[in-house]
Amino acid sequence: MPGAIYAEGLVKTFGDVRALDGVDLDVPEGTVLGLLGPNGAGKTTVVRCLTTLLTPDSGTAFVAGFDVLKHPNEVRRSIGLSGQFAAVDEYLTGRENLQMVGRLYEMRAKRAKERAGELLERFNLADAADRPSKTYSGGMRRRLDLAAALVVSPPVMFMDEPTTGLDPRNRQGLWEVIQELVAGGTTLLLTTQYLEEADHLAHDICVVDHGRVIARGTADQLKAQIGGERVEVVVHEPDHITTAAQVLAGFGKGEATVARHTRKLTVPVAGGAKLLAEVIRELDVRGIEIDDIGLRRPTLDDVFISLTGHLAEVKDEENGADGTNGGRGAKGAAAAKDKHEVAKDKHRAAKDKHKKEAAP
Amino acid sequence: MGAVTDARKPAPPPAGWGISKSVRDSLVIARRNLLRMSRIPEMVLFGLVQPVMFVVLFTYVFGGSIQVGGSLSSQDYREFLMAGIFAQTVTFATAGAGAGIADDMHKGLIDRFRSLPMARGAVLTGRTVADLVQTALTLVVLALVALLIGWRTHENVGKILAGFGLLLLLGYAFSWIGALIGLSVRTPEAATSGGLIWLFPLTFISNAFVDSNNLPTFFRHIAEWNPFSTTVQACRELFGNLPPGFKTPDAWPMQHPVLASVLWSVLILVVFRTLSVRKYRSAAA
Repeated sequence: MPGAIYAEGLVKTFGDVRALDGVDLDVPEGTVLGLLGPNGAGKTTVVRCLTTLLTPDSGTAFVAGFDVLKHPNEVRRSIGLSGQFAAVDEYLTGRENLQMVGRLYEMRAKRAKERAGELLERFNLADAADRPSKTYSGGMRRRLDLAAALVVSPPVMFMDEPTTGLDPRNRQGLWEVIQELVAGGTTLLLTTQYLEEADHLAHDICVVDHGRVIARGTADQLKAQIGGERVEVVVHEPDHITTAAQVLAGFGKGEATVARHTRKLTVPVAGGAKLLAEVIRELDVRGIEIDDIGLRRPTLDDVFISLTGHLAEVKDEENGADGTNGGRGAKGAAAAKDKHEVAKDKHRAAKDKHKKEAAP
Repeated sequence: MGAVTDARKPAPPPAGWGISKSVRDSLVIARRNLLRMSRIPEMVLFGLVQPVMFVVLFTYVFGGSIQVGGSLSSQDYREFLMAGIFAQTVTFATAGAGAGIADDMHKGLIDRFRSLPMARGAVLTGRTVADLVQTALTLVVLALVALLIGWRTHENVGKILAGFGLLLLLGYAFSWIGALIGLSVRTPEAATSGGLIWLFPLTFISNAFVDSNNLPTFFRHIAEWNPFSTTVQACRELFGNLPPGFKTPDAWPMQHPVLASVLWSVLILVVFRTLSVRKYRSAAA
């Protein structure tokens, strides 16, 4: 059985640029595929081909069982698309926007009206329902756009960078909505530049670069592919750094990296949570007070770098910050200084901890 | 490949698919555009300022110096002029359609519409129909202004309505030129200027403001075959606004202006609608 979204050998060129260079996808029903890649990797082009907005030069694609090239209207009836821009009419109210979309999905006027009301309620837009969407905040507009994509509860959803440009709180909110949706059985193809987002939402991940899928698998599989667990310790007293480094070297597979100003030490290990317990005991015996300790698995950022040789979100001027971030290495460079990224990092750290606790 | 053989066949189209679906979708979009216009009243207002300004300028500034037929009377010119201003007003709606569609492209709305199971031409038809409504309103206001400053008709109501019908048909045809421009440019600003610049030579190398008999031969031929001129000439006949002593040019469109006007408008409509709908289907924002 082919998946709810299936593509084979998709090729699309724009002039000299080969935007898609033979993309294969297979997304089983009720699962989420994260299409991960930097700007210009071809993610949007994949979405545009699968949602009938672009005709591929070659290749075949099926969505909800319908041939995208032969039966585009059947495909359109089965999908919802939420794009990079909140595609709503800013001079129409939220309610009018949703009613219009409902009517265009062949709903009767009465049903379209009811449905608009339900969605406004569900997406927390009821209070603003009768204001022109021009007056909405970025997060509200994005929610309205998503609501518009869900008017007919389509079995297959496409979301092209749904949270780009949203603040962390709105992003979190949108994630919850997406998770609810998937719990209800919707098949979702999601593109994102945020590795954390793919990690959080997707069952399977395809890493795309230069119009090709360069890796695929679950987040864990991709991480396992590059291996390398690390123990990260933040000691309380700067004076303890040297001793702590010796302790860590004893457990690790190599030398500990030290970031003095943050008092953070990182060492590659093999042994998981059990080893972490031993490290904690040993540090305690030596009387080293610690502020934080954790077992860090490679993140998708690490996967991305090892696969493509560059970061997902390259900000050249910030690569210089590498050294100051010590053990976090290249990932720290991407993490940058802006709040947005910092918040993301915190979230990730919390999650890593959670994983650590969950490990056997 | 399993997928190919497993491909689902489309369900039979729901009842009412086809023409009625197309009409319904177009009306949904037209309604949306009219709602939108009603929330930006200044746009409608600016659309009115220009033709009113032209009426005033031509009547009071040039009026006394322009000879139409054998007459230099400013009342004769006032009546002669109005058909030209009406026609120019309806064609200037082109820019509105173009800018509106370019804006929808720019904001990603066209992508949304194209991902919906809509009738093919509905987004464009809806837009042009909404523009037609706006044009009709503009014409009503403009006609009232014209009556105020002394424009009069000298034929029966049927003919006068027929004249306005021709004007609306011309305006509707031209809004499809605007649609094509809107789909072809990158920004709404480009669509506005791209929708306007060529209208100036088109409306000035015509009989709209002057008697085409007085033009140099080369321009006279252009003016007499100009689709714009045929509608102007037809309206003058239907409104009874041809000045005394006016010599109708021998060119076929000027001799049969009503028929020529309909033919031109329908031709423009068919050609530009076809091109626009094709362009819409492959539009990439």
